[in-house]
Amino acid sequence: MPFKNEALKKAYWRDNLRIVAVLIVVWASVSYGAGILFAEQLNAYAIGGYPLGFWFAQQGSIYTFVVLIFVYARLMTRLDRRYGVEELDDEPTEQ
Amino acid sequence: MEQQTLIYIVVGLTFALYIGIAIYCRAGSTKEFYVASKGVHPVANGMATAADWMSAASFISMAGMIAWMGYEGSVFLMGWTGGFVLLAMLLAPYLRKFGKFTVPEFIGDRYYSKTARVIAVICLILASLTYVIGQMTGTGVAFSRFLEVDYNTGLTIGMIIVFFYAVMGGMKGITYTQIAQYCVMILAYTIPAIFISLQMTGYALPQLGLGAALVDNGTYVLDRLDQVVTELGFREYTATEGVSRLNMTFYTLSLMIGTAGLPHVIIRFFTVPKVRDARSSAGYALLFIAILYTTAPAVAGMARLNLADTLGTSPETALSYEDRPQWFKNWEQTGLLKFEDKTGDGLIHYSADETVNEMVRLDRDIIVLANPEIAGLPSWIIALVAAGGLAAALSTAAGLLLAISSAISHDLLKGVFRPNISEKQELLAGRISMAGAIAVAGYLGYNPPDFAAGTVALAFGIAAATLFPALMLGIFYKRANREGVIAGMLAGLIVNLLYVFQHMGVFFIDSTSFLGPMPANWFFGIEPNAFGAVGAIVNFTVAITVSKLTAPPPQYIQDLVDDVRVPVGARLAPDVH
Repeated sequence: MPFKNEALKKAYWRDNLRIVAVLIVVWASVSYGAGILFAEQLNAYAIGGYPLGFWFAQQGSIYTFVVLIFVYARLMTRLDRRYGVEELDDEPTEQ
Repeated sequence: MEQQTLIYIVVGLTFALYIGIAIYCRAGSTKEFYVASKGVHPVANGMATAADWMSAASFISMAGMIAWMGYEGSVFLMGWTGGFVLLAMLLAPYLRKFGKFTVPEFIGDRYYSKTARVIAVICLILASLTYVIGQMTGTGVAFSRFLEVDYNTGLTIGMIIVFFYAVMGGMKGITYTQIAQYCVMILAYTIPAIFISLQMTGYALPQLGLGAALVDNGTYVLDRLDQVVTELGFREYTATEGVSRLNMTFYTLSLMIGTAGLPHVIIRFFTVPKVRDARSSAGYALLFIAILYTTAPAVAGMARLNLADTLGTSPETALSYEDRPQWFKNWEQTGLLKFEDKTGDGLIHYSADETVNEMVRLDRDIIVLANPEIAGLPSWIIALVAAGGLAAALSTAAGLLLAISSAISHDLLKGVFRPNISEKQELLAGRISMAGAIAVAGYLGYNPPDFAAGTVALAFGIAAATLFPALMLGIFYKRANREGVIAGMLAGLIVNLLYVFQHMGVFFIDSTSFLGPMPANWFFGIEPNAFGAVGAIVNFTVAITVSKLTAPPPQYIQDLVDDVRVPVGARLAPDVH
């Protein structure tokens, strides 16, 4: 199903960019933020035997990355449905 | 049963499996050969992508690098996983929607230019070929080490196996073989790690074990590790002091952008049926990768601690050479461990200080390779590690070779030089260029160029500085035009090559390096391996500026961009206007 008008097409893309922007901020803050730039400060705290900054750099950022992609996939599927542009099972996108 | 016999049996069984899959999954059309008919389930594609991605370096060398670098080694962990987030959100779904076969094809169509397509092919081949050299040498080393054959024989066996399933099955054969290879590889990696974690901390999950206390004395593993390595005179394992944050940031960013821009990974997302599948498939890929990547730091830390505790950290605790454990003797024979009794007292004095250190060779690769023996695991697990190392090298090599051969047969031959060839001829051309690519990669494996060690960094740098910006602008910046992207890719490529060459020598020949490898001359302290991110920034800047100064792309290209941005056709419903 194509978009009904130009405004909807623009709105869809704007919402898409918003989702990506929020998730990229999370992506950068766990890796570059917690894992590198503020690792030293965070190392004052600990999870079990892991200094917190070190944990983010070697464990936490990777877990967050995995979650981020699934959240992205979920949000985009919902967005597609809201705008009526989701792919139906019997209708492959192949052109 | 004899250890070596067991290794032959386990490795032989896995090879039989790969060849069986190859015979079952022959490709009958170009669509099967290039993109496995776009019929691969997202979970299956995730698993295949994981095997495609995790190379011999990830499997054999990464834990060792982290073990020696400590906190600083995190750049590999974050860099080689974080790129998948970029790939999932910025490239994969859109390129899947575009619905063609190769990366240069998108660039050629989006920028309405055969020149752009040819430049993309050149960048792709440069990146993939430099990367495949590392895989071929890795295959040779792995075979020779595990099968006790010489390096060239090992490499030849590897080439024959890859030839069999890649030439016959193309992407289809490679996909299903990679799934099998992922399973072999992940079992081989995690089983020894689980046993070691159980022995040392009582936790079965290595990810928890590294943050837990030692069973022996209740100290945390990482605290004990910090203590032991400082006693030996090394930098504290978890410490952030003395690490350049700027360099770490750029290094991580380069690996992330490079990961997202490597064509052999991107084309895996062309094989799923839907745009929606491309998004979730990236998540599954990273999940499967994360199992190994979160285990690796635990393997690194625990093995390093084990090693230091075994060897002793001071003259009082030093191990007597006579009492060395069996695994020490085994790996001494391979030359990866070497002891030289400088003091002549029969004790192994291990230290960070080169003048007193008697462990004159302590290859980092033994962190993974000797792991099962250090943990005293049964010999079938050691055989499994051998099969895992081979699976890692073969799966990545096959993926890279497919990216190269499809760029030659589909982009150069069909796209530029002989547009009129039939599908059957193109399929044949695909098989021939695959065979050719294997031959070239094999030749480079037999005669590894002097710069082999620097090649992986170069591959990432090229992918980051050329392909990633061109693809991303093509989707997110409608105004990006032919002139801009050509100038951008060339600028990124040149800047990256110049920086790497000026510090590491032209084609890595030391004498031609005019600034030398010394950190004092590094641009803001950024090492050559970390320069891909700078190349990418240059590419983005040049491409946007030139695009703004020249004519905008034609209307049908802007429509194409609109179309790529939505999962189903983006053109407005005709009755609305």
